[in-house]
Amino acid sequence: MARMLSYSDKGSVIHSLSGTTKLLYFLIWSLASMITYDTRLLLFMFVVSLVIFRVSKVDFEDIAFVLKLILVFLCINLIAIFIFSPEEGVKIYQSRTLIVHLFGNYNLTVQQLFYEMNVALKYFTIIPIALLFILTTNPSEFASALNKIGISYKISYAVAITLRYIPDMQRDYVTVSQAQQARGIDMSRKVSLLKRIKNVAAVLIPLFFSSMDRIETISNAMELRGFGKKNKRTWYAARKMKRLDFAVISALVILAVIAVIITFAGGSRFYNPFA
Amino acid sequence: MRKAVIEFKNFSFKYRVQKLPSLSDINLTIYEGEKVLIVGPSGSGKSTLANCINGLVPFSYAGVTEGDLRIKDQNPAELGIFGLSKLVGTVLQDTDGQFVGLTVAEDIAFSLENDCMEQSEMLGRVAETAGIVELTQYMGHSPQALSGGQKQRVSLGGVLVDNVDILLFDEPLANLDPATGKYAMELIDRIHRDSKATILIVEHRLEDVLHCNVDRVIVMTEGRIVADTVPSELLSSDILKKTGIREPLYITSLKYAGCDISASIRPEHIDSIVLEDLKDKLVKWHENNIPELNEPQSSKLLELKNISFGYEKNRPVLTDINFDIYKGEMVGLVGQNGAGKSTLSKIICGFEKPSAGTISLNGKSLDTDSIAERAQKIGLVMQNPNHMLSKPMLFDEVALGLVTRGKSKEEIDGCVFDVLKICGLYEFRNWPISALSYGQKKRVTIASILVLKPEVIILDEPTAGQDFRHYTEFMEFLLKLNRERGTTILMITHDMHLLLEYTERSVVLAGGRVIADARPALVLTNDEIINKASLKRTSLYELAMRTGIKDSRAFVQHFIDYDRRIRSNGADVKL
Amino acid sequence: MSNLNTGRRGLAIKTIVAIGIGAALVVAIYQVSIPVGFIPNTRLQFNAAVIAIIGAIFGPVAGLFTGLISHTLGDALFYGGVWWSWVIADAVYGLLVGLTFKKLKIYEGGFGSKQALIFNINQFLANAVAWILVAPVLDILIYAEPSDKVFAQGVTAFAVNGAVTLIVGTILAFAYSKIRVKNSSLEKEA
Repeated sequence: MARMLSYSDKGSVIHSLSGTTKLLYFLIWSLASMITYDTRLLLFMFVVSLVIFRVSKVDFEDIAFVLKLILVFLCINLIAIFIFSPEEGVKIYQSRTLIVHLFGNYNLTVQQLFYEMNVALKYFTIIPIALLFILTTNPSEFASALNKIGISYKISYAVAITLRYIPDMQRDYVTVSQAQQARGIDMSRKVSLLKRIKNVAAVLIPLFFSSMDRIETISNAMELRGFGKKNKRTWYAARKMKRLDFAVISALVILAVIAVIITFAGGSRFYNPFA
Repeated sequence: MRKAVIEFKNFSFKYRVQKLPSLSDINLTIYEGEKVLIVGPSGSGKSTLANCINGLVPFSYAGVTEGDLRIKDQNPAELGIFGLSKLVGTVLQDTDGQFVGLTVAEDIAFSLENDCMEQSEMLGRVAETAGIVELTQYMGHSPQALSGGQKQRVSLGGVLVDNVDILLFDEPLANLDPATGKYAMELIDRIHRDSKATILIVEHRLEDVLHCNVDRVIVMTEGRIVADTVPSELLSSDILKKTGIREPLYITSLKYAGCDISASIRPEHIDSIVLEDLKDKLVKWHENNIPELNEPQSSKLLELKNISFGYEKNRPVLTDINFDIYKGEMVGLVGQNGAGKSTLSKIICGFEKPSAGTISLNGKSLDTDSIAERAQKIGLVMQNPNHMLSKPMLFDEVALGLVTRGKSKEEIDGCVFDVLKICGLYEFRNWPISALSYGQKKRVTIASILVLKPEVIILDEPTAGQDFRHYTEFMEFLLKLNRERGTTILMITHDMHLLLEYTERSVVLAGGRVIADARPALVLTNDEIINKASLKRTSLYELAMRTGIKDSRAFVQHFIDYDRRIRSNGADVKL
Repeated sequence: MSNLNTGRRGLAIKTIVAIGIGAALVVAIYQVSIPVGFIPNTRLQFNAAVIAIIGAIFGPVAGLFTGLISHTLGDALFYGGVWWSWVIADAVYGLLVGLTFKKLKIYEGGFGSKQALIFNINQFLANAVAWILVAPVLDILIYAEPSDKVFAQGVTAFAVNGAVTLIVGTILAFAYSKIRVKNSSLEKEA
C-alpha cells in the first residue's frame, strides 16, 4: 500500500495549538492563496509558511516522498498549461516580450514564464501549510474542530468514522485482492483494459459487500450508545483554546483582510510588473 | 423478595421480512443481580431475545410483537432505544464494529460525549473505567494496535462507563483464543461481583462460560425456551444433546465411562464435581481402552525450511520456521493472536515473500511460482467467506478459478458439478449465494478452491462463529475430503475441540517460532506450551488428575481415540 | 430501508455511517488505478464508482458528503495538498448521482435493466455537470488556469469517470441488489 501522511507528536508549539485553530488556519490560508495572484503577497505567504514549517520541527524525510509526487504533478500541470495556452501570460499582463521562438505557434515569452511562476508559487504557499495541518493535528481532535467551526456534529463524526476505518479498509483490500489473485484473477498489466477494470471490480464487490455489513453493525453500535440523542455533543479529545490560539486566529483574519485589499486594490487579481 | 428487572410474558416476535416468528411464547423473568447464560444453536432466537432487551428490536429491526415485555417495570416501546441504553449496556460480538473511536479513551467516552458531559468530568470517568477493564496503559492506542481481547474490553468499558444496571454480552467468546476467553469470563465475573449488575451472556460455548459460576441457564431452540434451570440440573439432563449444544468434555468422558451424572454431584465445574463414586468406572474405562495404532507415515508433501519473515527490518514476524506436512494429514497450526500464523499461511501461498528459507512441495521448490501458479497446488480458504465471494450466483463463483484459467465450457461444467456434489451443494447449483447460510457460504469458498484440485488446503479459522451442529457438519465434511480424496489439510485455529477431535498433529507457534510439533494430546496437557500459545488446559487433563490417573496425556489420547471411534460409527453424533 | 433519512433529529445514523464508511472505502482504493495506455498521464480510478453506489443507495446527502470527505482526505493524506475545485466537483457529482436513489431500489433488491438505465443516464449527466461545468469553471475562477486546458481535462475526467461508473458502478448495483432479494421461490434440485 502507498505511504500515507500521518500525525506524530513532535511537541512543537504548532503541535500544541488547538485543532480548531489549525483547521481555521488551513482553510483561511487556502482561501487567501486561492483568491490572490499578487506575486508579492504569494512570495510573502510562501516565506511565512516555510518559517512555520521550520518551527513545527517536522522532519523533511517525513514529507520527502509526498513532495516528489507534488513536484511531478506540478511539472506536468505547468507543461500542460503551456501546451494548451502558450500566450496565457500575454493575455493576462497585456504585453509581450519574446524570449525565443520554439516551433509552430509556440513562443516562449517573459509574461508566460512569469504567469507560470505564479501558478507554481500558488502551490508552494499552500503545500507546507496543508502538510503541516495533516502532520501536526491529532486525528482525534479533527472531528471536534470541524464541529467547533460550525459543521454539524453528525457530519463531523462521519469524518471521524472515515479516519477510524481507513486502515481497516486498506487491510481488507489487500486481503481480498490476494484471495482473488490466488483464484487466477490477473491484476497485472498483461490483460486488456476492459478485463482489468472487471478484475478490479471482482475485488471491489466483496469489499463493498463487507462495507455494507459494517455500516449495519456500526449504526447499531452507535445507536445503542446514544449517538444522535441530543442536538449537540461534547468531545473527549477536544483541545481547549488558549491565548496563543486566539492570537494566531486574529493574525490570520488580519492577513486575510490585507490579502483581499491588496489583491483587488488594482482592479485585478494579478500583480502586473509589466504595466 | 427478589426484584424482577426483565419480564417477558407470553412474548412473541416476528421480523417484518420473515414468514415465521423468531420468538414464540417467551415467558422469562430475570431478577436483579442475577448472572444468566442464554444458550442455543444458531437460529434459535437467542440473539433476537437479546435484541429485544437492548431495543435493536424493534427500533432498528422492525417487526410485529405480541405479549408483554417490561424492563425495570417500564415499557421499552416508551423508553425508546436511547432510554433503554441508560439501563442496558450491550457488548456486541463484532468488536471492530463496536469500536467507533479513534483511540481507546475516546471509544470508552463515546456515550458520555453523546450525553454532552463536560470534558473535565469525562476525563475522570474514562480513566476510572479504563482501570476497571485493565486498559489504563492503552488509553491512547488506536484499534489497529490492539488484540481481539483488548478490543472487547474497550467495548465493555464503553458500556460500563454509563453505570448501566443490565449488561448484555452477545457471544463474547466468538473471536477470542482460549486463554483470552477464560480471562474475559473471569473479568465479567469480577464486574458482576463488584457492581451488582444483572448480567446476561448469550453464547453456545457452554463449557467455557461455565468456567465461572452462573446462576441460571436458559436453553433456546427454534424460538422457544426449552429449559430454564441451574447448570447442575442442565448438565445432568439430556437437553443439551437434544438441542445440539456441546457438553463439557469431562462430562462426555464420564458418560463414555458409563457414569451417571446427577445434579447432586455438582457437575457444573471440573473443580466442583464429586468424583468419589465415579472414579472406579472411569479408571476402568481408561484401562480397558485399546490404544489405536499409529498409522504408517506417508511421504513428505509440503516442506518448510528455515523460513524467516518481517514486514520491517529488525522486526521479525517469523524466525527460522521448520516443519513438514505429510500426504493425507490433517494438521492444526495454533498460537496466540499475532504469533504469525496468518503471515505464515500468506507466505506458503506466495502472497508474501520470505526473507530467508525455502518452501517445497513434493520435493520441488515453490520459490519461483507466481500466486496463481501456487494456487493450483495450495488453496487458501479465508476465515471470512465474504472476503472471497464475488459472484452473485453459486455456480459462477465456483467456476471463477477455471474461467480465469481459460478452460472450456464442458470441462468447467463437469469439474464444477463434481465439486458441488462433493461439497453437498449440488442441489443448490442454481441458487444465488445470498440465499445460503453462513456454513453453506463457507462450503462454497472451499468448493471454489477445490475446483482447482490443489494438493493442500489451508483453512484459516474454519469453524469460527459456528455452533456445535454446524461445526460437526463442517468438520465431518473436511474429514470426508481428507479420507476419500486424500486432500491434505492444514488448519489455523484457536479451537481446542477441533485440535483434539480432528487433527493428528499440532504445530504451535509463539513469538514467531515453532515451539512444539506434536500430538494434540501432548500440546494440550503441557503447561509451558499452553501458556506460551495462549491455549487452555483441557478439562480432561484436570479430570485425570482428580481421579488419580497418573498418565494424564495417555488419558486424553484415549479419550480422543474413543471419541473418534464413536463418531465414525455414527453412534453419537447425528447430522 | 425504513430508518433512512428519518432520524429523530436531522440525518439518520445509518446515513452518517454510510458517509463515513463510504469515504473510507474510497480513500482505501484512492491509489488503485489502471494507466490508460493510449492517453499519457491518464489513470483510471474507481472513486467515482464507489461514490455513485453510495449515493444510489443512501441518497444525495450521503453522496455529497462521501464525495467531499473522500476527495479532501484522499488528496490531503496521499498528496499533502487539497485541490478544492475538484473536491467540490466530486461533491456535486455525489449529490446529483444520489438524486434518483428512490427509483433505483438497490437496497430493496429491485435493481433491473430499467433501473440500470436510469442510474447510468443520471450518472453521465452528473458527471457532465461535475467535470465539464463545475470543475473547469472553478479552476478558472480559483486558479486562473487557461480555459482550453481545464476543459480538456474536464472532458477527459467526464469520459473516464462515466465509463468506470458505467462498468463498475453498474456491476456493484446489480450484485448488491441481487443479494438483497428475499428468495422464497427457491427450490432444491436433485
